[in-house]
Amino acid sequence: MWTEFFRFEDFVAIKPEIILSLFAVGILITDFMLAKKDKYLNAITALVGLAFAGTAVVVDWMRRGGLPYHGFGGAIVNDDFFTYFSLIFIISTALVVLVSVKYLEIEGAHYGEYYALLLFSVVGMMFLACGTDLIVLFISLELMAISGYILAGFLRQEARSNEAALKYFLLGAFSSGILLYGMSLLFGLSGSTQINIISEQLTKISSNGPIVWLAMATIAVGIFFKVAAAPFHQWTPDVYEGAPTTITAFMSVAPKAGAFALLMRMFLDCIWPLHPDWKIFVIAVAVITMTVGNLAALTQDNVKRLLAYSSIAHVGYILLGLVAAAEGSSTGLQGMAIYLLVYAFMNMGAFAIIISLRQKDCTGEKVDDLSGLFVRSPGCAFLMLIFLLSLAGIPPTAGFIGKYFIFLALIETGYYTLAVVAVLYVVVALYYYFRIVVAMFMKPSPDGRELSVSPGTWVALAVTTILTLGIGILPNWVILKAEQAVRPFIQ
Amino acid sequence: MDFYHDHILTIILLTPLVGVLALFLVPSENKNAIRWVGNITTFLGFLISLPLAFWFSKESSSEVFRFVEKADWIPSIGAQYHLGVDGISFLMVMMTTVLGFLATLSSWSAIKNRAKEYYAFFLVLQTGMLGVFMALDFFLFYVFWEVMLVPMYFIIGVWGGSRKLYAAIKFFLYTLTGSVLLLLGILALYFRFHSDTGNLTFDILQFMQHDWPFDLQFWVFWAFFVGFAIKVPMFPFHTWLPDAHVQAPTAGSVILAGVLLKMGTYGFLRFNLSMLPEASSDPWIVNVMITLSIIAIIYGALVSLMQRDMKKLIAYSSVSHLGFCTLGIFALNFHGISGSVIQQINHGISTGALFLIVGLIYERRHTREIKEFGGISNVMPIYATIFLIITMSSIGMPALNGFIGEFTILQGAFQVNKIWAVWAVAGIILGAAYMLWLYQRTMFGACDNPKNKVLKDLNLREFATLAPLVVWAFWIGLYPKPYFEVLEPAVTNIVQRVNPDLSKAKRVEVGKGLSLPSKGMEAKSINNKIHIEKVENPAWNTLDDSGFRYPAIRSPLMSNELMPNFKSFNKTSPSDL
Repeated sequence: MWTEFFRFEDFVAIKPEIILSLFAVGILITDFMLAKKDKYLNAITALVGLAFAGTAVVVDWMRRGGLPYHGFGGAIVNDDFFTYFSLIFIISTALVVLVSVKYLEIEGAHYGEYYALLLFSVVGMMFLACGTDLIVLFISLELMAISGYILAGFLRQEARSNEAALKYFLLGAFSSGILLYGMSLLFGLSGSTQINIISEQLTKISSNGPIVWLAMATIAVGIFFKVAAAPFHQWTPDVYEGAPTTITAFMSVAPKAGAFALLMRMFLDCIWPLHPDWKIFVIAVAVITMTVGNLAALTQDNVKRLLAYSSIAHVGYILLGLVAAAEGSSTGLQGMAIYLLVYAFMNMGAFAIIISLRQKDCTGEKVDDLSGLFVRSPGCAFLMLIFLLSLAGIPPTAGFIGKYFIFLALIETGYYTLAVVAVLYVVVALYYYFRIVVAMFMKPSPDGRELSVSPGTWVALAVTTILTLGIGILPNWVILKAEQAVRPFIQ
Repeated sequence: MDFYHDHILTIILLTPLVGVLALFLVPSENKNAIRWVGNITTFLGFLISLPLAFWFSKESSSEVFRFVEKADWIPSIGAQYHLGVDGISFLMVMMTTVLGFLATLSSWSAIKNRAKEYYAFFLVLQTGMLGVFMALDFFLFYVFWEVMLVPMYFIIGVWGGSRKLYAAIKFFLYTLTGSVLLLLGILALYFRFHSDTGNLTFDILQFMQHDWPFDLQFWVFWAFFVGFAIKVPMFPFHTWLPDAHVQAPTAGSVILAGVLLKMGTYGFLRFNLSMLPEASSDPWIVNVMITLSIIAIIYGALVSLMQRDMKKLIAYSSVSHLGFCTLGIFALNFHGISGSVIQQINHGISTGALFLIVGLIYERRHTREIKEFGGISNVMPIYATIFLIITMSSIGMPALNGFIGEFTILQGAFQVNKIWAVWAVAGIILGAAYMLWLYQRTMFGACDNPKNKVLKDLNLREFATLAPLVVWAFWIGLYPKPYFEVLEPAVTNIVQRVNPDLSKAKRVEVGKGLSLPSKGMEAKSINNKIHIEKVENPAWNTLDDSGFRYPAIRSPLMSNELMPNFKSFNKTSPSDL
């Protein structure tokens, strides 16, 4: 079928990744020539690179006209799923770049490598979204993760940051090992590293022996580590707290979406024939994840930790979409895609506010640091309110649309108890999000200083607000795109 | 004018939001300008809604829902921008615009800090509440239902009393728990409708005509029940209410009691009864609902008797009054339901006014302890007079509004089960006791507290906030006919859907007298639970004989009047399609 392995069209299909890699290398080179005060130019280079890559993705999507393109002998596929997720990665990374400049200057760690690593990480994620071969998937996962390990420890003067990097690295390496073990078992069972062939072979294996089960379990555990689902979430709060806040924002959004892209490729394509087995496993993990995330978030005083646990809780909701998808519900798939998209923007927006709280003499990480934000900057306080409402899932914000599809999918597939549990955790979540609201609007500010927000952050806030409210009020276009994106997985 | 007529609901809905935009243009320091913008907006909102009252009864009366506006909103999931009002929601909309204006007017001097946000939140709240009553699309309804929680949370949490944070989050969490379960109920109906008909829609009117299987109705009933019962609040779910009422600023309490609680009863009428008729008329469910209502009536009244704080007393009296409303609803007959709607309006008037009255004295004395007062009528005669009228209205004295509502509800309850009526009457007696006792302790006697001797009587603005409510109380009390007329088609519609049992025995004999178009027609009417009842209602006759002339309710159940309704109903029934 694949007579030539490297065709020119194959390279065209991965054009966005090539552009991003070139820009990343370019940043590393030009960084030497920049004076300390000119480091912001690296950010501009990164933004230009992301803009080019984004344009390339969109142009490619329009040229394809909905048909998937298989390249490199079936190692990658350029389909709507790839386009959808790539845009999530690119836009959210661009937002991270926008909020990073001032933050890194305050932290005194404004180096070009930061932006280069961000771009390399995006390249990894994009290959995760388009890879259809276990080798490609594993390498791109590592590319994404290793960039992440370094970025988590980017504040090398700070013990917390180093600790975060080490924890992240050890547990990340451990989970990669487990995942790789599962992949090797799959290769042994099917004789191929290509996802569709593995899937066919698994269908043929009639007896679900212990090896098949072990392969499924190791793959699942490895991926659950990466998406931070409980009980494999222990690294998340510490890493999120210790990493630079911009990187926390990044990790909670883009690599998470990347890991979910891998999860969808693996669960819905590669090990789909085993879905009667993994379904129960996913249900248990989803319920535990929601429980741990929501209950642990209740008592956090550090906003970064609070948002870390809330991100765990959100993973639980997205996994519920997978549960419904295991029953053949396309709404569940659609819900996962929409949830990941809206979560990226609303969470990014919330983090942008936290990042702008970081000043020379204030870490801005405690819930109390948000006290009286309304007095210090009414605009920021109201935007934060919108993001928190969206995270909690109150209409008319984007977060509600995400939850809507998850709940609908559970109702469609008859998981009424799960649906009730899921909606009741919305109430719990609202309580801890509103602790931040109480601090912002109902507590006095300690000094009442006006908050200075950098222009880059304002741009990021504007984009995330428009998307959070826009998708909440007029979600039609996004719903249709998400439906197209998950079409490859509809059984 | 045509544009105005056709889009009046949208215009009413958006007016407060225009006010919010105007508020953003006013600098925060200019407090007077902010107040003017807030008050003018709500007053305009009221003026704009007035033509609705004139046009409503003039519309061709074959349609139950009028002023319908429809536009695609989210085609991929079938959600529409679909507004319309029937008699019930029309009255609720009017009450919202009136109380919204009076509540903002009452905040003029009460809200001193952060006035701009206050009015902004208030106006957003106004839009949310109006949207809830107007929405004919379930998705749209849910959006408004939730949106409204946020401004109310802030109104309690920022401008409230000493335990405001606790009260505000309690209010939010309680109502949110109900709402999310309500959402699941909505989704269950949505999914079922899709698998039955292949249509993706949240259209409330189509949902009302759909034949849902009983077990689905049963579970969805309870999902809706939690949502609405928390809002009403019905007995075991009422604990958020005293906290929220007592801690909220005066205007917040007025809106909370006057409008927000009615969203729960409105929900029962619009969704439980109309969409889930078999579940709503299931004897077991009815008994649970009635028992909870009666407990609320008696318990609310008893707790009110014990209160030392005036505002808390009125808050608990709301539990009791709303018990009457739910009792009327689950009597499932014309009198019960129309009485319940009238009583909801009455409760908005009288309890709204009582909260204003307590707010006025609180602004002067900064306390609401009953024992701090006494003999106020000596120093504030106008205030005392209005308080007396409203007290009478609240306890249901004839010639005032409360009587009409309570009487009609009791009539409805009596037709179904005399015991219910007996319990409810006990609630009325207790109601008279706590209100009169409150009045006696605060207004009468010697004015011996020196702090009370210097109190000023009402100024013009304060008088203006209360006068419309007093006039309204007399209007409903003396001439309720227009209200019943407005309600008739809507309530008849609900009764036809929900109450097959009441007239089952009489159907055969009535059927003989009526010439139905064909045999098939008769069968259909039975399937759709249309019941033609030519009632010689014993309850009515006794009362008429005893010399009481009941204020002109045209009997909707007389066969000649029922026929037009009957036809129009059949026209749209799904079995014809």
